[in-house]
Amino acid sequence: MEKVLLKNIENPNSHEINEYEKIGGYRSIRKALEMQPKKIIEEVKKSGLKGRGGAGFPTGMKWAFASADPKFPKYLLCNADEGEPGTFKDRPILEKNPHLLIEGMVISGYALGAQYGYIYLRGEYPDAKDILNRAIKQAYNKNYLGDNILGRGIKFHLVVHQGAGAYICGEETALIESLEGKRGQPRIKPPFPVNVGAWAMPTIVNNVETLSNIPFIIEVGSDAYSKIGSPECPGPKIYCISGHVERPGVYELPMGTRLRDLIYTHAGGIKGGRKLKAVIPGGISTPVLPPDAIDCAMDFVAMSKAGSMLGSGAVIVMDESVCMVKVCYRALKFFEHESCGKCTPCRDGTGWLRKILGRIEQGEGVDGDIELLLDVSNNILGKTFCPLGDGAASVVISMVKHFRSEFEEHIKNAKCKIQN
Amino acid sequence: MFSESAIKELDEIRARYPTSRAALLPALYVAQRESGWLSPDAMEYVAQVLNMPKAVVRGVASFYAMYKCRPMGRHLIQLCTNVSCMILGAERLVDFLKNKYGLEEGGTTSDGMFSLVIMECIGGCDVAPSMLVDSDYYGNLSEERIVEILERYK
Repeated sequence: MEKVLLKNIENPNSHEINEYEKIGGYRSIRKALEMQPKKIIEEVKKSGLKGRGGAGFPTGMKWAFASADPKFPKYLLCNADEGEPGTFKDRPILEKNPHLLIEGMVISGYALGAQYGYIYLRGEYPDAKDILNRAIKQAYNKNYLGDNILGRGIKFHLVVHQGAGAYICGEETALIESLEGKRGQPRIKPPFPVNVGAWAMPTIVNNVETLSNIPFIIEVGSDAYSKIGSPECPGPKIYCISGHVERPGVYELPMGTRLRDLIYTHAGGIKGGRKLKAVIPGGISTPVLPPDAIDCAMDFVAMSKAGSMLGSGAVIVMDESVCMVKVCYRALKFFEHESCGKCTPCRDGTGWLRKILGRIEQGEGVDGDIELLLDVSNNILGKTFCPLGDGAASVVISMVKHFRSEFEEHIKNAKCKIQN
Repeated sequence: MFSESAIKELDEIRARYPTSRAALLPALYVAQRESGWLSPDAMEYVAQVLNMPKAVVRGVASFYAMYKCRPMGRHLIQLCTNVSCMILGAERLVDFLKNKYGLEEGGTTSDGMFSLVIMECIGGCDVAPSMLVDSDYYGNLSEERIVEILERYK
């Protein structure tokens, strides 16, 4: 497949506007401005593009909701907070192909009737901040941003807003709270941000990768776009893979690439030829899969059928040297730390799970701990404001489901037989 | 309290948002850059500039991991120990920093040169284990490589 999102990024100057223009960049803006906004939304709907941030909601439908709301101004927010452990898929776009994102945002802003856009960038990407700010300046100088874009009377302004290290701000309502200068705590939904978002106005929050698909959809049209990837989830997908593989990194492939192919063909297989033990397929908030489950397509629908989630497409591969109790403990330490504290099941539940896992991992587990883990998890699942609690609970449930014997051995023998 | 350029920067930041409260996160970054951490005085100054209660500023600053509400060493090491880094040996590196530099999690070396913060993923999973020193990224870390990197900051 010809690269769409990571095109030209091997070029050391790929972040410069002239290099981007040389390969056809900013042509889609011209084409889009010839189209009626409704027609752009229709094309995005027909393309079948599903949001790449993790939830997989149809982008065109989301846009149609915001567009139909008569309130003004509207805001377009780019979610560049990728804080999900294991995820670094947006980083190459932000650092090496920033103009693709800017072009996507200008087109999206025009389609939605939004005149202001904000890129909510994770604080841990200082290089991306400088690169994006420079690229935005270049785009203003060439009249792709501003009060009168390309002399067409279209207004769109873009600002980089740096987050400050809170995983929860990747959740769209928490992101909005944070943008407004508050603690990043999720809002209850409904109302949804498409109607009541930033500063109580209609707001679209889209992931970096989602918005970066827009110029290509406009360029080739929805029919050609939807031929890439799987029928239910069309388009290219950026997968990132880390852990015990020979070639960890970022791979742009058709949506629906098999997990086995990603691990063994693209990433070169398990490091040192060792045996595969487990795969976390979409960042650590997605349920773990055992080795016999890797013959599934990496898209939103197939991964769900396989008992996990595509999430952000961030694959963490673990070989036989890894203790799953320890992985589970570390994951829960993360969820406890990152719980925003707004709702009790998540705030108290993640801490409780971490404590139980901690004592099992330390060889101090007691009979009944596994049942207690499952009981606490089931009392978090589906009972929290936002998906952070669900992520924590489903990680524990899946770990116990697939690796129960390891938990039992830890409790029975009071030590780990894998790691000393 | 702030340098002239920082005051000018705060004005520019406020102009980017429909409300002055929205300028709080970037304003806290400016304040932190000015003195290396967010002292009570710095937070009070931000509250005055943005016309908001001190308690709100403190409440927001303490929510986010990247704002430092106590003094830090001259250079900040942010080492990731989340799953991708952990399975490739990040925890051994935490022990190494403790043994070689006397650097505890959340602590500062006795000469005030380095502080250590354990991070929840910095997006360097492809080159795990990874860390940030101030705003510089380093991956594929080993004990030897950490020594070599930290020497550059002394």
